Formats: sequence, structure tokens, C-alpha cells
Amino acid sequence: MSAFTVSRRTLLKSAAIGSLGLTTGLLTRGSAQAAGDLTIGIIYVGSRDDFGWNQAHAVAAKALAAVPGVKVVEEENVPETIAVAKTMESMIELDGANLIFATSFGYYAPFMVDTAKKYPDVQFRHAAPLWKDGDPKNAGSYFGYLDQAHYIDGVAAGLSTKSNKLGFVAAKPISSVLSNINSFTLGARKVNPNATVQVIFTGDWSLPVREAEATNALIDAGCDVITCHVDSPKTVIQNAEAKGAKTCGHNASQAALAPKGFITGAEYKWETIYKQYADTLAKGGELPNFISGGYDVDFVQNTPYGAGATPEAIAAADAAKADLRAKKAYYVGPLKDNTGKEVIAAGVEHAPYDPWIDNINFLVEGVVGSIT
Amino acid sequence: MADTVNQDAATPAVGVAFADAVERIRRSSEYVVIPLLALIAAGLLFSIFLLALGHSPITFFSLLWRGGFGTEFSWQNTLVRAAPLILTALCVAIPARLGLTIIGGEGALVLGGFSAAVIAIPLVTASAPNYIVLPIMLVVATGVGAFWIGLVGMLRHYRGINETIASLLMSYIAIAIMNFFVEGALRDPGNPNKPSTLPIGDANMIGNVPGLGVHWGLPAGIVVAVALWVLMNRTTFGFAARVTGGNVRAARAQGLPVGKLMVTACAIAGACAGLAGFFEVAAIQGKANASLAAGYGFTGILVAFLARQNPIAIVPVAIFLGGIAAAGGLIQRRMGMPDATVQVLQGLMFVVLLVSETLYGRFAFFRPRGDKR
Repeated sequence: MSAFTVSRRTLLKSAAIGSLGLTTGLLTRGSAQAAGDLTIGIIYVGSRDDFGWNQAHAVAAKALAAVPGVKVVEEENVPETIAVAKTMESMIELDGANLIFATSFGYYAPFMVDTAKKYPDVQFRHAAPLWKDGDPKNAGSYFGYLDQAHYIDGVAAGLSTKSNKLGFVAAKPISSVLSNINSFTLGARKVNPNATVQVIFTGDWSLPVREAEATNALIDAGCDVITCHVDSPKTVIQNAEAKGAKTCGHNASQAALAPKGFITGAEYKWETIYKQYADTLAKGGELPNFISGGYDVDFVQNTPYGAGATPEAIAAADAAKADLRAKKAYYVGPLKDNTGKEVIAAGVEHAPYDPWIDNINFLVEGVVGSIT
Repeated sequence: MADTVNQDAATPAVGVAFADAVERIRRSSEYVVIPLLALIAAGLLFSIFLLALGHSPITFFSLLWRGGFGTEFSWQNTLVRAAPLILTALCVAIPARLGLTIIGGEGALVLGGFSAAVIAIPLVTASAPNYIVLPIMLVVATGVGAFWIGLVGMLRHYRGINETIASLLMSYIAIAIMNFFVEGALRDPGNPNKPSTLPIGDANMIGNVPGLGVHWGLPAGIVVAVALWVLMNRTTFGFAARVTGGNVRAARAQGLPVGKLMVTACAIAGACAGLAGFFEVAAIQGKANASLAAGYGFTGILVAFLARQNPIAIVPVAIFLGGIAAAGGLIQRRMGMPDATVQVLQGLMFVVLLVSETLYGRFAFFRPRGDKR
């Protein structure tokens, strides 16, 4: 086994002086790598084929692996504990990774921050808007504004419903979830003022049984379009399809799960970001510490329309996409929350990327449900 | 009888001692040889599984070695993962000596870690120095853990409630209690998207053991394991506990305080799990959140059974399983196999080891001389 001819000392030394190409060459049995090649490690908190958050990243990883000179190593089901710090180190020490994508929220602090301090020559990027000045310079954040894609979902759903009742299965009442519920509602009510969105919080990111119950409860309450913000929308979409409701997706494409009722879905397009990073490094450039964006920079997208989308819905959604690419605001005053309190005064508007949107802690008028 | 005495008198004293030692090693080697054979059998079974999937067992086991034990970094990775397992395995092993099967160590770990993080909040706000904050956190974490599993022991003794089911269900209650507070009253407003308690602050974090790259939970676990081995094997408490585990009616007939022994053993067990929770908060997370429920309590059950409930044997077994977990990532990356692969291996080992329990006492080689069964 040639793999065992490297002594611990040699391994550490070679890693320390940054000759990662050499280490990788020795450790990767039979596949010697040319110097300058990029090895990217991608870490998922769940399974890569979860039809959700992780799959969205895995799809991008696959596209990234097809780029010449890029090697991708992946690890799934890594919990948000010291295990993820060790996985990052293992990718660096044993696989020679020079760029790490940590894709789960809880990976950032303290795990990614500490690992970045320990390996200043390796680049670390994390999929949530958490990097701030003072954090390691070789770390950073990338993020997509999925609420914009949920807005498109809402527009399409608002014109695809017959009962004017839309259902939303949500994990936790935190800002990122609330802004998606609000965007969906604003989209639906823009094209169909009679539409309401009934929301059920399940309490956690992955509770398939409760998600199924919530879906059924929403349909029983008269909702004929169901969407969600949970880690893996598979349960919700499948159940809704089986009960004859239309669906809008979340995170990745669930079109295959709902051949009859799928309208469209809010998807991340991490591929855009990953390829930009790989391209920058290949040219010897420096990676930005913080990037985020939505429709206008192609960081988010909507799943191609399914059989559930009506022609009017498609036309209106396409028009709304054009508006988003032009960075037109959809949080426009006067706007009330669902308790009747004014949250945006008349004449005020919050354009996409306004930090105001990141800190939303209310549900807009038209949402049936409560945060507490 | 006279013959025996004459024989002994004829043999030099040193020879007797030596022969005794050999005899003792020969007999106790049963507890090493049988598990080893079982592990090898599990490895062979797993190789068949790999071959059926079209993967090379040689590649698998060499990656297992490399990722778990092959380099200095791999050792660090392994030991970090082993640290909480030692303590959660002790949470299973100690009550097991009394015949109690406690599988809810996860709950004691979560509540222990959570209460340590909570008690730290007012202390940190009052800017108490770390030599005050940490001991208080430690005492609270172990105390809460002891209370939680001690409660299971009390339910068992006073109300006759099955301790296995009770401890498992109580672990869900523990996790729910933590989530309730972490997502509500005790939530750090500065951390909107991952509900957590307020951080205990860098000054109150326990660092790593110098030069080892592993936090202090590992040496603490080893010390506790050794101490509990002494307690269970070299004290009257341990003896009484083992008698209770052997035959609870006989123990009662002897006048042993069975109820007290059960509750105490459960409390010790819970303290171990609570200690694991303390280190998760004070050495790793720096706050309490849902990540405390990472499954260490459940892997600890596996460790304890593989170690046959022996506190000392738990240390190498925890390191062994830590190594498998550490190598799991490398195997995923290099062989393109799903994460469940190493779980299949762990499951096979568990089953084969349990089956191998029936082999004890069946080989003449390990029996005392003269035992002609």
C-alpha cells in the first residue's frame, strides 16, 4: 500500500509548508495531480439526495466537478458539532482541499471560524450571511435571497388557485423563514388580492411526520396550493400531490415528485457562486469575503413551470421575474402585518437586499397564523 | 488432600506465583480473544457486503486505518470523537452492573450541558472569573445529569416502571425542555437563525490539552472510567451492586439496600452523561443549542455493550468507535459510498458481538485447571 509510506511527520510537514498538491498526490492512490489544481471540499448536514437544501448544493457540486482542473470531495450527514471541524481538517490534511464549502448554518461559529484560523492558507466559505469584519480573512459567506424566488412562487400560486387559500408548511418562526412566507404572500396577493396564506409551523427543520400532518391539515382546511420551508420538502410535496393539491417547491427541484400539480419552486442556484469561486481561484484572484444576491445575479431561480401552473400564472410570474432582475421592490408601503399593525408607512419601500428584509419578525397581512 | 499439600510445599514460591499469573492471564484472555474473534468475523461479513456492492474490502479497511489511526491528525480526530463516548458509555455501563438497562444518557447529556450554559449566563453577566464560572457549571451539569437518570432509578425502584423505556422517553422530554427554553425565554437575540443560549464567552472556554489537540473531556473521561472501575470492582459498594445485578432477590435476602444502590448507580451514570454535556458546552459549542443532541448518548450504548459494561474496557472501545466515525468521512469521500456504510459496519459488529456472548465458557482453554465440564 503506497498510501502508508508517508510518515506522520512528513505528512504534517508537507501540509504545513502548503505543498498540498504533493500530499494529495501521495495520498490519492494512483491519481497524481498536477500542481495548481483546485480541490474543493463540500460538507452537507444531511443526505445529498434529500430533495432539499443539501440536494441544491449537491447539484451545484456536480456541476462544479465537471469544470476542468477542479476536484470535488463531498461528505454528507456531518452534524453541527466538533465533527464538522474535524471533517474540514480531514479534507485539508488527507485530501489536500484548498477551498471548503460548509453548507449548514451551524457550521460557522465556532467550527469554521476556528478551522480557518488554524489553516490560513485554505479558503473557507459558508452558505449563510454570517461573515463580518474581524472574522478570518480566509473565511467568508455566500448567500442567495430565496425570498425573491418565493415571491415568484406566490405570483404563480395566486393565479393557479381556485379556493384562494394557499398553505405554507414552515419549520421555525425565524427571520429567514418569515421573509419567505411574507414574500410568497405578497406575490400571491399582488396578482390575487383575495388570496390568503395559512401557515403551520412544525417546530424543527426535519420532522417528516409533522410535515405530513400539517400538509393534510392545510388541505382539509381548503388550501389547494401547498408550499413549504423545511429542510426536505419531499414529504410535503408528495402528500399534497397524493391529495390532489397543487404545489410550489423550495430549495431544490421537486418537479419529479409532483407530475400533476407542480406549479414552480423557489430554488437556489449555488452553481453560479461555486463556479465564480473556482474561476477566480484558477485565475489567481482573491475570493470575496461576502457575496449575496438574488434574481439579478442569478443566485436564485425558479423550477421550470409544471402542469399545475395556469397560462395566466406563467405570464404573471415571468413578468415578476423581469421586475426582480430590475431590482424592483415588492415590500411597498403602506403595509400592515397580520395583527393590523403598520410595518411599512405609505410612500416607503424596501428594495431587494435592503437589510430591513433580513430582520423581518412579523407576518404580513393576508397570512393566517402566528409567530408565537 | 495430603498429596496436594506435599506438592505445593515441593514447588518453590516464585514458581507458584508465576504459574498463578499465567493461569490468571490464560483465563482472563477469554474476555479479549472472544471479542477480537467477533470483530474479525464482523469484518469478514462486512467484506462480503462490500464485495456484493462492488467495492474492495482492502481499500475500505486501509482507508479505515488511515482515517482513524494512520496519521497524527487522524488520531486527533479519533480522540475528539471518542471523548464524549467514554462518558456516555459509562452512563450505560454502571447501571448495567445492577442489571438496569439505561438507554437515555442522551437526555442527561443534553440537560446537563443546557443547565451548565444557563447557570453561566448570570455569572458571565456579573463578569465572574473563569475559575468560578467553570466549577459551578461543572457541578450543575453533573448534578442535573445525576438527578435526571437518578429519577429513572427511583421510578424503577419505587414505582416499578421499566427503566429502559423510562430513560428513553425521558431523553425526549429532556431535549424538548432544552428546545423550549432555547427557542423561547433563554434565546440569544443576537443569533436569530440558530436558536441558542447566550455564549459563555471565550474566557470561560476550556481549551485543549496542550500538545494533544483534544479537549479536556478525554482525560476527564479516562479518569472517571478508572475511578468507576475501582468503585465497581474494589469497594463494598461495587460488590453490593454486582450482587444486586447477579440476583436481586438474593441481594434483598442478604439485606442489601437494593433501592439505594439502584438510585445511586443511576445518579452516578447520569452525572457521567451530564459531564459529557458540560464538555460539549464548555469545550466545544460555547452555548447550548439543538446540536447538543448529537447522538453521543445513543452511540454510548453501543460502546458500553461492546465493552461488556467494563468501565476500563470502555476507553479503548470508545477510541475504536471514534476511529470508525473519524474514518467514515474519508471513506465517503474516497470510495463514493454513502454515510450509512460505516453504520452498517457498526451494526454488524454489534450483532456479532452480542451473538459471541454465547461463546463464553465454551472453550476448555479458558477454563480453570481441573474444570472438566
